[in-house]
Amino acid sequence: MKDSVNSSKKTADKDGDTAPPGGLFPRWMKIDILAQDVGFFVLGLIGALVVGWIIFPAVLYSKHVQPINFNHALHLDSEKVDGVEGETKAEKCLFCHSFRDDGTFTGIPRLEKCTECHDDPESPLGETPEEKAFMAEYVADEKEIPWFVYSKQPDCVYFSHIAHVKMGEIDCETCHGNFADNEKLPIYEENRLTGYSRDIWGKRISGIYWNKEYSDRMKMDDCARCHTEKGQEQNNACFVCHK
Amino acid sequence: MKKENDHGKHKYGMVIDIDKCTGCGTCMVACAAENNVSVRADQSDKERTITWMRLYKISNGKPFPHTEISYIPRPCMHCDHHPPCVSVCVATATKLDFNTGIVSQIYTRCIGCRYCQAACPYGARYFNWWDAYFPKKKGLDRYLTPEVSPRMRGVVEKCTFCHHRFMRAKTVAYAEDRREIEEDEYITACTEACPAQAITFGDLNNPDHEVARLIKHPFTFRLLERIGTEPKVYYHSSRDWVRKLADNFLPGEYTPVVNQTWAEEEWSTKPGRDEF
Repeated sequence: MKDSVNSSKKTADKDGDTAPPGGLFPRWMKIDILAQDVGFFVLGLIGALVVGWIIFPAVLYSKHVQPINFNHALHLDSEKVDGVEGETKAEKCLFCHSFRDDGTFTGIPRLEKCTECHDDPESPLGETPEEKAFMAEYVADEKEIPWFVYSKQPDCVYFSHIAHVKMGEIDCETCHGNFADNEKLPIYEENRLTGYSRDIWGKRISGIYWNKEYSDRMKMDDCARCHTEKGQEQNNACFVCHK
Repeated sequence: MKKENDHGKHKYGMVIDIDKCTGCGTCMVACAAENNVSVRADQSDKERTITWMRLYKISNGKPFPHTEISYIPRPCMHCDHHPPCVSVCVATATKLDFNTGIVSQIYTRCIGCRYCQAACPYGARYFNWWDAYFPKKKGLDRYLTPEVSPRMRGVVEKCTFCHHRFMRAKTVAYAEDRREIEEDEYITACTEACPAQAITFGDLNNPDHEVARLIKHPFTFRLLERIGTEPKVYYHSSRDWVRKLADNFLPGEYTPVVNQTWAEEEWSTKPGRDEF
């Protein structure tokens, strides 16, 4: 190391700014040291990104498996399930996730909706082990299923489903993602600090979405962006979505 | 200055008939119950009591045979165009919604600086010194309104004209394929509860609504009208001394109002209690 520094000094003295034989840059630019610095910076950046984008989220969110693995794709098949009809996907969804007479939304149906079809715990309608477990554990005891709700919003948020689905004609999957074709329920991830679902924040850490058709997050900015794009700026007033 | 609110569709407001008010306090109780106002360990500390709707007792100050007492119920005035609280808010936690004329307050956005409390000339804003507290197994948690979020320690709260009732009315209208709501579908809890029916609530922009007619009466006035806050809460009294107390008049400034245009039966067409 010492020798090389001495020798570089000597050549610099002798040749001035001309490039040394075998190198692209003059010695005084100290490209080797610069490259070292850049290398350490890139290494640090990658390390920070790995910590921030992979390790931190892995630590921040606790993972929960839903109590029953509900098969949405199977239940939306109108040949298998009576009553699930409609031209659009939203109409099919409304068979279970329905509106009450006063316009409020039922959200995730209670056990009584399931037992409209799955009424006898002794005779399952299908052949899946999941259904048998559901029959034995919940239908037989008439116990409500403690679902983890992916889209549960903070207490200060007011959301009217009927204003969006019926009056605004927005598909369910625009906000919730495509649940209709899911054969398996995704793993529920809960923020250990806030207690909110990860689906509110979104899975993509960078926050950049090229395809704006669907969104996997439900933050205030997403609501406001959609309101503005659809020319409904008046709905960005605070009390429209806050309570 | 830009007058955004002039383009608004609705302008909700209320008219309170002070001559009908008996000072019973039902509006205060109904309001607190409807809007999840928390209870405290020491409720006798009245300086820190939260009353979105509050009764003020006024008197004409005359000795016995001529003494008269009245009560002024005071919700948030929902000042128009430039509410003093909105212009001082550093966190944009409170805003005037030009579509409804209602001044909103977002608790999760409020930083608790209490500028708005200082700016409000009506004392309609209250600071939360403690977290909301509803003792379980005593029944208090059962009357909670799910559509109103309870407040946390360190934020300011105020009357919202029961905005959740407006949202509820809209949801019902959507279920029935309507976009507009009727006059009686959205009224505040205090309006509904008042046994004397002293409060009338409605859209001031809609000429079909009762309030739009009542505010034209010469005996209708507003509190501190001369400071230019343009409150959407109107009061009515046929007595001059009541109207005189609504503002800080200097001696000789107040001129008595004479009603020459309105007949007495024209004042209110609301059905009485026995007609229901």
